[in-house]
Amino acid sequence: MTDIPMDTMVRAAAHPRRDIGLKARYAAERRFRIYGAVAISVGLAFLAIMLITIVSKGYTAFWQTTVSLPISFDEKVIDPSNKRAADPSVLIKANYPKLAENALVAKLGINPDDKPAIRQLKGFLSEGARVQLRDIVAADPSVIGTTRDVNILTAANLDSAFKGQIDLSVEEARRKVSDQQIAWMNKLKADGVMAEHFNTGLFSYGASSRPETSGMGVAIIGSFYMMVIVLLLALPIGVAASIYLEEFAKKNRLTDLIEVNINNLAAVPSIVFGLLGLSVFINFLGMPRSAAFVGGLVLTLMTLPTIIIATRAALAAVPPSIRSAALGLGASKMQMVFQHILPLAAPGILTGTIIGLARALGETAPLLLIGMVAFVADYPKTPFDPATALPVQIYMWANEAERAFVERMSGAIIILLVFLMAMNITAIVLRRRFERRW
Amino acid sequence: MNIMTEQSLENAVGDKMNAKSNEVIKMRGDKVGVFYGEKQALFDVNLDVRLNQVTALIGPSGCGKSTFLRCLNRMNDTIDSARVTGKITLDEEDIYDKNIDVVELRARVGMVFQKPNPFPKSIYENVAYGPRIHGLAKRKADMDQIVESSLKKAAIWNEVKDRLQEPGTGLSGGQQQRLCIARAIAVSPEVILMDEPCSALDPIATARVEELIDELRQNYTIVIVTHSMQQAARVSQRTAMFHLGYLVEEGATDKMFTTPDDKRTQDYITGRFG
Repeated sequence: MTDIPMDTMVRAAAHPRRDIGLKARYAAERRFRIYGAVAISVGLAFLAIMLITIVSKGYTAFWQTTVSLPISFDEKVIDPSNKRAADPSVLIKANYPKLAENALVAKLGINPDDKPAIRQLKGFLSEGARVQLRDIVAADPSVIGTTRDVNILTAANLDSAFKGQIDLSVEEARRKVSDQQIAWMNKLKADGVMAEHFNTGLFSYGASSRPETSGMGVAIIGSFYMMVIVLLLALPIGVAASIYLEEFAKKNRLTDLIEVNINNLAAVPSIVFGLLGLSVFINFLGMPRSAAFVGGLVLTLMTLPTIIIATRAALAAVPPSIRSAALGLGASKMQMVFQHILPLAAPGILTGTIIGLARALGETAPLLLIGMVAFVADYPKTPFDPATALPVQIYMWANEAERAFVERMSGAIIILLVFLMAMNITAIVLRRRFERRW
Repeated sequence: MNIMTEQSLENAVGDKMNAKSNEVIKMRGDKVGVFYGEKQALFDVNLDVRLNQVTALIGPSGCGKSTFLRCLNRMNDTIDSARVTGKITLDEEDIYDKNIDVVELRARVGMVFQKPNPFPKSIYENVAYGPRIHGLAKRKADMDQIVESSLKKAAIWNEVKDRLQEPGTGLSGGQQQRLCIARAIAVSPEVILMDEPCSALDPIATARVEELIDELRQNYTIVIVTHSMQQAARVSQRTAMFHLGYLVEEGATDKMFTTPDDKRTQDYITGRFG
């Protein structure tokens, strides 16, 4: 044992070492590593910039400024002629903003006859106060004549000012909030009446022209409907198609052609699927516009190739030895596929499906073409009612100029990203948990 | 069934009496040729597989022995481009006949593969799968009985009886291969085909499987492909030598390893090529 190294040493001494270009090889490897590190750093930097921009602009969207006011539900304002017993529509049409205004006037101690001050005061609270107060009265008419503390939404501009997003050094005429309003704001803030609360409206409100009462409620429901439709249609069709192509179909010209076409379909720009949906589902089949159902169909078409490719890869990854084992025992091909191959391929299929769904969730272009870019204020009750989708909502808010809409857009992006991340993490966890090494 | 009992009786009587049993042909290949696409892999093979004997197929890599083996239970059907010519019979019945159902054929002619390939399921499920799909057990107790007797016949029962619900893939290589043999036995086949069953096993596991093959011969007819001359000599009664797609020589193992007729057989056995 010991004389072997001796022997090599002697030989090493006897033969001068040849130059086999080691230095150059190691230098090339070092250079390549540096290129790689630089590439990754650049990628990470862009990602960081994007996330920081979105989060810094958007996190405030999750907070909404309100003023807590003791609203006196004055019968003289709501129902001056006392007709509500005979005509309930009086309660719907009543001048609710006046209630909020009166409460604020009292709170700030303004002279009710000071017309210019009152005019400025009208821009202080949100028009949404009307709906807020009306809902309270509609739910419980006995509230009339009593006084109750209500958190009234402030107008979007005051909300922005409160969050410090409006530059107060600009001269008064050129900014959206007046000095008087700022003074009131500071007073209410000092009293602890005006404060920020978690913005539940962002998740529940539908479309609105006022930022403070607009939210993603309709978009979330629309996206949810579409995901369900995509899952229900694309998964069974995709898996069935893959099983047929991978396990049953003869390998010939036709199947080759189909395979090439499926791969091509996966690369077709999504807007083309939108055009297809418009001409086939809406124009030819007469399905409703703006409906989540049609959106779901279009996204199904778009997701199918992804699912088929992932499923075929998962099926092909099941080792032939398992197939031989099942067939050798006398299992029919169908038994082999459904009792052995499919269970083993399931994690891969699931991963592919989730990634396909995540892609569909973030898809905008085809939905624009089928009319899902619509002003929808009411929740869609069925998938056939008009709805929007999360990315489309982002697109619509991006077209607005107000600071409060920019903030909501970034907030919506954060929510969409959280959904996508959750889906992708689920896919990764599933793959890790069930992955088999052969 | 009559033949089988007669057979075992004769086996018990002694080797000299075996002359008669040699004449019972379980499977017969008649001018078998196999094409993969345009390429012919097997030429005019005439080979008989005798009842309750181990027939070893030997020959250098790519000589067609595995191809021939896979014809015997029509596993070549799973390859799109494969085409089989000639005639193969099982109990005088043409297995490539239209009336023969391939699923039924494979239940009668079982197979054990080169690499142990248990299903990634429990040990119990591995053995129970075959009987279940063929409806061999009506009740749970019957199934338990089949599983136990199969594992016992495969000489692995004592090692796994306490962990039947553990995955079959967690066993050692040798145990996995015996589990695969148990799985093949569980459907009560008449013939068991073995494609280099020991090539992935260590010498100790190999010895156990070889022992097992010798025991199984009492009840089953076995065809085994092997690369090991010693193995062929140890376990088989008859040996067939393949070369370049042709059957070179076939005969009693004793004779093949002592006085082969063909020079190629002699060269291969003595290690001059292969």
